[in-house]
Amino acid sequence: MKTPEVAIELYILLSAILFIMGVMGVLLRRNAILVFMSVELMLNASNLALVAFSRQWANGDGHLIVFFVITVAAAEVAVGLALIVAIFRTKKSIDIDALHLFKD
Amino acid sequence: MFEAPSIGDLNIAATLPATLLALGACIFLLVDLFVPKDRKYITALLAAAGLLTSLVLALLSLMNIIEFGSGETAFAGLYIADQFTDVVNVVVLFTGLMGVLVAYNYLDRIGKQRGEYYYLLLFTTVGVMFMGSAGDLVTVFVALELLSIPLYILSGFRWPQEQSEESALKYFILGAFSSGFLVYGIAMIYGATGTTEFRGIWLAVDEIIAQDLSSKYLLLLGAGLTLVGLGFKVAAVPFHMWTPDVYQGAPTSVVAYMSVAAKVGGFAALVRVFASGMSNFVLDGATAAAWQDTMWLIAALTMILGNLVAIVQTDLKRLFAYSSIAHAGYILTAVAAAGSAAVTNEAAQAVAIYLAAYAFTNIGVFAVIISVEKDDSSNTGLDSLRGMSRTQPLLAASMTLFMFSLTGIPLTAGFVGKWFVFKSAIAADLFPVAVIGVLTSLVSAYYYLRIVWLMYFEEGEPQVYIPWPLASAISLAVVGTLLLGIFPYLLQEMAQDIVLAFGR
Repeated sequence: MKTPEVAIELYILLSAILFIMGVMGVLLRRNAILVFMSVELMLNASNLALVAFSRQWANGDGHLIVFFVITVAAAEVAVGLALIVAIFRTKKSIDIDALHLFKD
Repeated sequence: MFEAPSIGDLNIAATLPATLLALGACIFLLVDLFVPKDRKYITALLAAAGLLTSLVLALLSLMNIIEFGSGETAFAGLYIADQFTDVVNVVVLFTGLMGVLVAYNYLDRIGKQRGEYYYLLLFTTVGVMFMGSAGDLVTVFVALELLSIPLYILSGFRWPQEQSEESALKYFILGAFSSGFLVYGIAMIYGATGTTEFRGIWLAVDEIIAQDLSSKYLLLLGAGLTLVGLGFKVAAVPFHMWTPDVYQGAPTSVVAYMSVAAKVGGFAALVRVFASGMSNFVLDGATAAAWQDTMWLIAALTMILGNLVAIVQTDLKRLFAYSSIAHAGYILTAVAAAGSAAVTNEAAQAVAIYLAAYAFTNIGVFAVIISVEKDDSSNTGLDSLRGMSRTQPLLAASMTLFMFSLTGIPLTAGFVGKWFVFKSAIAADLFPVAVIGVLTSLVSAYYYLRIVWLMYFEEGEPQVYIPWPLASAISLAVVGTLLLGIFPYLLQEMAQDIVLAFGR
């Protein structure tokens, strides 16, 4: 059976929507973990775009970056969650509005 | 689809200073496990030795005494070993060495003498080195993260102190946010050009412009998002808001290192991506690259905001955070100038010169702040310097020199940096930005010279703590600031072989 082709524009559109959702999530959410998840959404939106473009150009460069992005995102998660845990121990809260020690 | 290259093709020799340090950092990480807690000076010494070895190699390469492969690429085009790489390597390795010197006793004082500090610092240094030598967007991304992730940890190094944790989390969230933009930007550039290698991008841009393909809009979007991502890293307005908070809350020894290293890395990547990869991105018969207008607007805003807000600051760390934002603006002026094809190389040289000059001065400033800071991280207000000339004449004189250099007074390194930056801006017909730069430098004289005034003409008995590593770091910074200021041709010689623009 022949699989139907999906136009590349649709992939890019989806990735743009995901990316914007991620950006909005970072800007609007107040819980550090949800903010962090929104960042991951931004990265995965980029991954989708990269894979789609990679197929469009019929070369492997896009796939290659995706692997790097996934690996680096994992490293970032490790550090990020550790920081969130540390700040939860001190403040008993991970609300980023509670971070207001410094003022001009 | 892929052909595995042989080890010989990788040309690892060309990357020697960077790979050696990366290897060293990995080994020290393991060695540190066996170093007893009360003998962490061993790890510090190892780290310093590693940095020194790489620094010597990079210096030899810079002075063309030993060539590890000048102008060559390594790792199948991911790494470029040229003069710009050498300059960035030397600047950041020197900064790393200073970072170890200012940190050792400071960590003892705050009760955080741990081996992690030193190898995280090494990893960050390696990240900056790879950014400066990036030949491909993949390298830019991975190196940026290698530079950032250890810095997030270092900012929070004083946990469970609240300020330190808060600065680490802020830095982390905004840093991760900005790398999201960078990756999406990379995806768009890849979508428009079909490659991630700068040379390939440059060739593809030529074709896009020549045939007026619609993918130029995709490229424009990619360039914009990349600019946002890297703008966060170098603290350019309007992406600067994390800087004052992070600088104020993070341990001062980290700030001393970060304020230079992260900037060097960010600007090196900006220059590589924009001046090298997209200098020919000229839309609709304009005279300069499409990103030039945005870049100089950001530069102007950064200079104005950084300098104006710095005036009202009362905390030294916060004041110098805004000062570092202002200096990012001066460097961005040169990056904007690189958008004019005829000035690209000259502007890239100006960026390298400014970064080298700035490194010496700025790390010296933070070393002085470390000397007056109390163990509980209090006493970093402007008052802590009051009357310093009476109790500590040498320290006050060094700080005065740093202030003159940051203002840009002749015979200091800062003047030389500003001279080349504004010269490149004028060569690129960016008169308004150059004028804004000079005017905001005048504004900056107010808050820099006020510190000199406080030290010499007001009463006070500042308590300082200067062990020998800190003293030697300050002396090195003084020597560097004076040497580069009095003999500007040292910087000029170093930078004149920088060629980033690809030939047609």
